Amino acid sequence: MTLNMGPQHPSTHGVLRLELKTDGEIVADAIPHIGYLHRCFEKHAENIEYPGVIPFTDRMDYCAAMNMELGYVLAIEKLMDIRINNRVRCLRIIMAELGRIASHLIAAGTYGNDIGSFTPFLWCFRDRETILDLFEETCGARLLYNYNWIGGLMYDVKPGFEKKVLEFLDYFEPQVDNLNRLLSDNVIFIRRTAHVGILPPELAISYGVTGPNLRGSGVAFDVRRDEPYLGYEDFDFDVAVGKADYGPLGSCWDRYMVRIREVRESCKIVRQAIARLTPGDVHESVPKRVKPPAGEIYMRTECPRGELGYYIVSDGSTKPYRVKVKSPCFTVMSAFREVSRGAMIADIIAILGSFDIVLGEIDR
Amino acid sequence: MESVARILQWIPKYDQLPELARIAIPLLISCLLVFALLALMVLFLVWLERKVSAHVQDRLGPMVVGGWHGWAQTLADALKLLLKEDIVPASADRMLFKTAPFVVFLGAFTAYVVVPFGASSFVTDLNIGILYIVAASSLSVVGIIMAGWASNNKYSLYGGMRAAAQIISYEIPAAMSIMTVVIYAGSLSMVDIVNAQKGGIQNWFIFRNPFIFLGFIIYFIASLAEVNRTPFDIPEAESELVAGFHTEYSGMRFAFFFLAEYANMYLVAAVATALFLGGWTQVLPASVAPQFLPGPILFLLKSLALIFLQMWVRWSLPRLRVDQLMYLSWKILLPISLVLILGAGWLAV
Repeated sequence: MTLNMGPQHPSTHGVLRLELKTDGEIVADAIPHIGYLHRCFEKHAENIEYPGVIPFTDRMDYCAAMNMELGYVLAIEKLMDIRINNRVRCLRIIMAELGRIASHLIAAGTYGNDIGSFTPFLWCFRDRETILDLFEETCGARLLYNYNWIGGLMYDVKPGFEKKVLEFLDYFEPQVDNLNRLLSDNVIFIRRTAHVGILPPELAISYGVTGPNLRGSGVAFDVRRDEPYLGYEDFDFDVAVGKADYGPLGSCWDRYMVRIREVRESCKIVRQAIARLTPGDVHESVPKRVKPPAGEIYMRTECPRGELGYYIVSDGSTKPYRVKVKSPCFTVMSAFREVSRGAMIADIIAILGSFDIVLGEIDR
Repeated sequence: MESVARILQWIPKYDQLPELARIAIPLLISCLLVFALLALMVLFLVWLERKVSAHVQDRLGPMVVGGWHGWAQTLADALKLLLKEDIVPASADRMLFKTAPFVVFLGAFTAYVVVPFGASSFVTDLNIGILYIVAASSLSVVGIIMAGWASNNKYSLYGGMRAAAQIISYEIPAAMSIMTVVIYAGSLSMVDIVNAQKGGIQNWFIFRNPFIFLGFIIYFIASLAEVNRTPFDIPEAESELVAGFHTEYSGMRFAFFFLAEYANMYLVAAVATALFLGGWTQVLPASVAPQFLPGPILFLLKSLALIFLQMWVRWSLPRLRVDQLMYLSWKILLPISLVLILGAGWLAV
């Protein structure tokens, strides 16, 4: 039987369409069909001046907009050779890591929902709410920020921001243990995920899978550590990897757990960045007119969903000649068909959820 | 039924009615009474579920409609569902599609006929009472399969098939664990079973011997599966099958499925109360504490405690997969319940 799952379905994480060839509860083949959220980002970018592209990058991965725009502005800054001061650098790291926590909270919460437990979903959203409040206080937007500017930031943070962030971290870190008690260490949850959706390290590398999905397969590769940007090399954090605690390496549980471990690492980074925050002007190196010299640049950053690459070609005008995005969700989606072969219908949802895709970024 | 008949005696010339009417009228009245109470109960349970889930999830739940903690929210929802358009998909099997909700509801409701809410508040006392409940409550699976098939929707079909497999598998351990009680009570009649537990908490079957205690746990797990609640809600698994067998239903027909689900939920709690927790009998013996709470209230409190447990489980646990569900039933619960029957029988002799 051919079961058409999506594009309107409660757990395809947006508008993904899966064509399932089923035999009873067993899925012989799962063919993903993408493109329902295609918004011509790359073509749009060619017709807008450089700073105008930033809001469009927000709309790619709307769960981690801070990290999306960060990659873009870093690429342009590298192209124009702009140096940023320490305050901008630390604030960007704080925002990016808070964005990562918020994004991983969505991933963990919706994953609980995919497995059939609704409570973790709301617990995660409750904690994510505080982060969104912090973002809103800083730049006025809760989801699509346009906060990172080329050469600086939109606004400096409000007085007392550091204190609020630290308060949040003090509250939040025990909540991670609570979430583990409720969901991660639950026997049913482990049984549903630990032997499902095995993505072996070799397969993950051959498909070009990145980010938590790659680390879930036990490959310790993180752009923040292995090709540092923004001075991540000065920060002390561990690269979380899957340890095959309950099943073969690279299972859904490993990928899920990598995100939970990364949330803790992000908390560590935010604390260090706050300690290093020095006074300064966030508009200090914002150029009056963004007109990079002709040339091309490739910049990759570690987004919550993996390695996001911007390939930008400049012809010396005020508009980019070409902006190409290397999407982490797209690459992991290409491995989906192979990973999900022979799984059950419930496993399809478990695998899809563990990949933590955002369709806005796949389709762009 | 007897108490209704006694009240009817006060009506002048009641004795002059034909024999058949004197049986039928009180029966009808008591059935209607149970039905009305059941409908009220379901309204309350839906509200309770929303409140319990909300507090588990750090929310408040309905707070506006009706004033005090949104008590009238379910009333408003029921009214809304009544006013909704009754949609029948073009490709559906119309007759089956339309009757399925009522069959499901019938299965849930008919079983209530023998549930003893109090020493004299029950519709009738069949001498095969518990057997009747097991039989009647499995009627609803027919309705679920009908709904799944008639909707002509692949998700519904999956839901219906899953429901059939699940309910049939879990009926066996549930019935087996009921047997442990039946062996002890020496009767299948619900009233006799409750009467055998009179005299305080130490006489409740759950605390009589360890085998029945384990039997209670198995019955509770199996009953969760029978009423399709998390962690066994695979027939309507939202994240996989959208809404399972009732995907295509809307308006009042959907409300009937909902009504049946909650009626079934209360049914298994009521049966567990009657069989294991002493039904309407007092918690403490008369020699220890004054017995001021009437039986039906005690019954209600005990069954609501079980309902709360069901809700608590639902909002804490993830869902099992189909094969794990079958594994649990056939390879774990069934062998254990067979051993329990042996053990209970051995202790009873």
